[in-house]
Amino acid sequence: MTDTLLELRGLTKAYPGVVANSDVSFTIGKGEVHALLGENGAGKSTLVKTIYGLVKPDTGSMMLNGAAYEPSEPRAARASGVAMVFQHFSLFDALNVAENIALGMENPPAMGDLAARIREVSDQYGLPLDPDRIVGDLSAGERQRVEIIRCLLQDPKLLIMDEPTSVLTPQEVDILFKTLNILRAEGTSILYISHKLEEIRTLCEHATILRHGKVVGNCDPRQTSARDMAEMMVGASLHVPEKAPHEAGEVVLSIRGLSAPAPHQFGTALKNITVDVRAGEVLGIGGVAGNGQDELVAALSGEMKTAAGMVVIDGREIGRLGPNERRAAGLCAAPEERNGHAAAPDMSLTENALMTGAVRKNLVKNGLLDWPAAKAFAEEVIKAFDVRTPGPANAARSLSGGNLQKFVIGREIMQKPRVLVINQPTWGVDAAAAASIRQAILDLAVSGTAVVCISQDLDELREISDRFAALNEGKLTPPRPAKGLTIDEIGLMLGGAHDMEVAHVDA
Amino acid sequence: MDFSSINPILLLASLMVAATPIILAAAGELIVERAGVLNLGVEGMMITGAITGFIATVTTGSPWIGFAAAAVGGAGLSLLFGFLTQFLLSNQVATGLALTLFGLGLSALLGQGYNGIKAPEFPKIDIPVISDIPVLGPILCSHDPMVYVGLGLIAGIWYFLKYSRAGLVLRAVGENHEAAHALGYHVIRIRILAIMFGGACAGLGGAYISLVRVPQWTDGMTAGAGWIALAIVVFASWRPWRLLIGAYLFGGVTVLQLNLQAAGIAIPVEYLAMSPYIATILVLVLMSAGRAPGSLGKIFHASR
Repeated sequence: MTDTLLELRGLTKAYPGVVANSDVSFTIGKGEVHALLGENGAGKSTLVKTIYGLVKPDTGSMMLNGAAYEPSEPRAARASGVAMVFQHFSLFDALNVAENIALGMENPPAMGDLAARIREVSDQYGLPLDPDRIVGDLSAGERQRVEIIRCLLQDPKLLIMDEPTSVLTPQEVDILFKTLNILRAEGTSILYISHKLEEIRTLCEHATILRHGKVVGNCDPRQTSARDMAEMMVGASLHVPEKAPHEAGEVVLSIRGLSAPAPHQFGTALKNITVDVRAGEVLGIGGVAGNGQDELVAALSGEMKTAAGMVVIDGREIGRLGPNERRAAGLCAAPEERNGHAAAPDMSLTENALMTGAVRKNLVKNGLLDWPAAKAFAEEVIKAFDVRTPGPANAARSLSGGNLQKFVIGREIMQKPRVLVINQPTWGVDAAAAASIRQAILDLAVSGTAVVCISQDLDELREISDRFAALNEGKLTPPRPAKGLTIDEIGLMLGGAHDMEVAHVDA
Repeated sequence: MDFSSINPILLLASLMVAATPIILAAAGELIVERAGVLNLGVEGMMITGAITGFIATVTTGSPWIGFAAAAVGGAGLSLLFGFLTQFLLSNQVATGLALTLFGLGLSALLGQGYNGIKAPEFPKIDIPVISDIPVLGPILCSHDPMVYVGLGLIAGIWYFLKYSRAGLVLRAVGENHEAAHALGYHVIRIRILAIMFGGACAGLGGAYISLVRVPQWTDGMTAGAGWIALAIVVFASWRPWRLLIGAYLFGGVTVLQLNLQAAGIAIPVEYLAMSPYIATILVLVLMSAGRAPGSLGKIFHASR
């Protein structure tokens, strides 16, 4: 057993009311990329925090390189050669790259030497990075590089990566995978946590699947289909979203020559977007992040006002109306960022339900809040969308990402809008929850709602869209029927082909 | 009116003295805030330092022991704030305000029987040769040691924050306490230490007023200097050298208005007396403040 790096034996950790890990045992070999799979709340985070010394197990033991391994704190874990890249980056915005990296090291060299080492290592692994830049100015992919290089500078034996690709563009994912393959070739083991099963199939040679805190299976992801792995995670056969056949109805939402200046310094201006969405239709809008997605959602939801005639619902011009007036007119929206934008993290689910549901669900009577009705509405959403929470009195921040996402999407869907605008409906959500959210969107469309779904997940858009359009630098390509559209064609729509398309239409 | 009675060299020299209590207190608060803690109790810690320092000096006859006692007194009171906010997770704004009120009351209680006594003199140090240089000599080199302690403190804090590892960790804790915790740094321990340092500095600043500037004890004698120190930390965008500029600006207006009063200018004394505070407010409004530490004033609990 000399090729075993880390062995976990019967790890159990219980929190009040929930057993996060129950008798978890598995081994990670040297130079192995080991996937840890599981739904939200399956206990993956607790397990990696145990390995990284942030959580002490109730019972069980760990062996690292044949010696007992009991990290009392992250420093001890790092000293033993265990490094971790966090899902929510543990970076300091106001500090520069070198300072951030120094903070994650036990005995950092002098700043000048460290900057040189950062340049050296970042070149070696194909992750270009300038040590003097302020981290707050970096893109998500660059910020992740900071975390990875911080780990690499310590020559880790085991690198733990928690959902590393959820914030990356496809190109950045390719770069990351190349780096991880170099590391593997050098004998570094990687514990890789992800929801994205296709990624795990290309990258990992072994997978351990957790469900409700227990190990429920092992497999070789290269030999196992994504569907089989998903079913092991969920513990039931996975439902593939499907849309009942129906005809698109009359035009409900018209966007006519929508142009708007960039709302802030790092924003994107919207340029002459024109598109109609019919009742019962899902319009999928793809595009690389930062090409106007947030601005388009803001212009549709009413957060950003435009000329009156630019946004029309059922023949009524609503471009100058605010969000609540638009809700009354039938337009509901769910923005991308769930904590702080779609939901107020420190307020209860009832309060959050009330905030967007007040108009359409009549939760305000004579200027007073109708709490029983609001609570009933929140409970309705929780029940219909299988949101895992003890009850509607819990704060939004206490929910895991996937559960909160189900709640904020469900809240809008349950209002039965005429038009639903959603941005990244399944971002950071596990397979089962994503499937149920997509199914709910499709069901809503069948019931006669016009849906605009903006996403960076092209597979998702291909699954649910009737028509597909791409946002590129604030311009929207003319939509094309999604059926039969190939990935190559979509790639062209996302890229520079946009200008040619417009010229073609004008001619 | 006789403006010729205002001697610019003396004005600049006394400006440095007038700014010293603010520099000391603000330097401590700067460290506290860079660690992510908003302690509004600076005034209370200053006045507590003023009385403990005064009592110790009168009792022992040594101003040095007095300043040490003031530092201990300020730090002791700040520890109360630290315990309440870091362990019992009380609200920092409310606790800081309460600390000021408590410090004012406590100092008045301790100071009974010390009203009207004069403190032993704190000798000035004369640096030979340099103090003989015309103009610069009297401005820079005719002061008591605490003036130089204040300047050294600013330089030390600047170096500590910019170059030392401990300073980097302190900034990290103030910037994002959750990330610092995830990396394995002891957020609460670091903050308690910062709070105590801030208390000690505020205590020194207070004692400078009761032992050097006035030098005797009166209830409430810090007269808002702690609030000015808080404002100057914001004015300085949490940077040490800017803090020095801010404190000198305030000190300068204070000294100038005293000189103008003495020169018999035809403006009511009340307006002159309020001018340093108005100047501080104006500067705060005009200067768009820099970026505050990311976790400033937020409660940290490891489980959240």
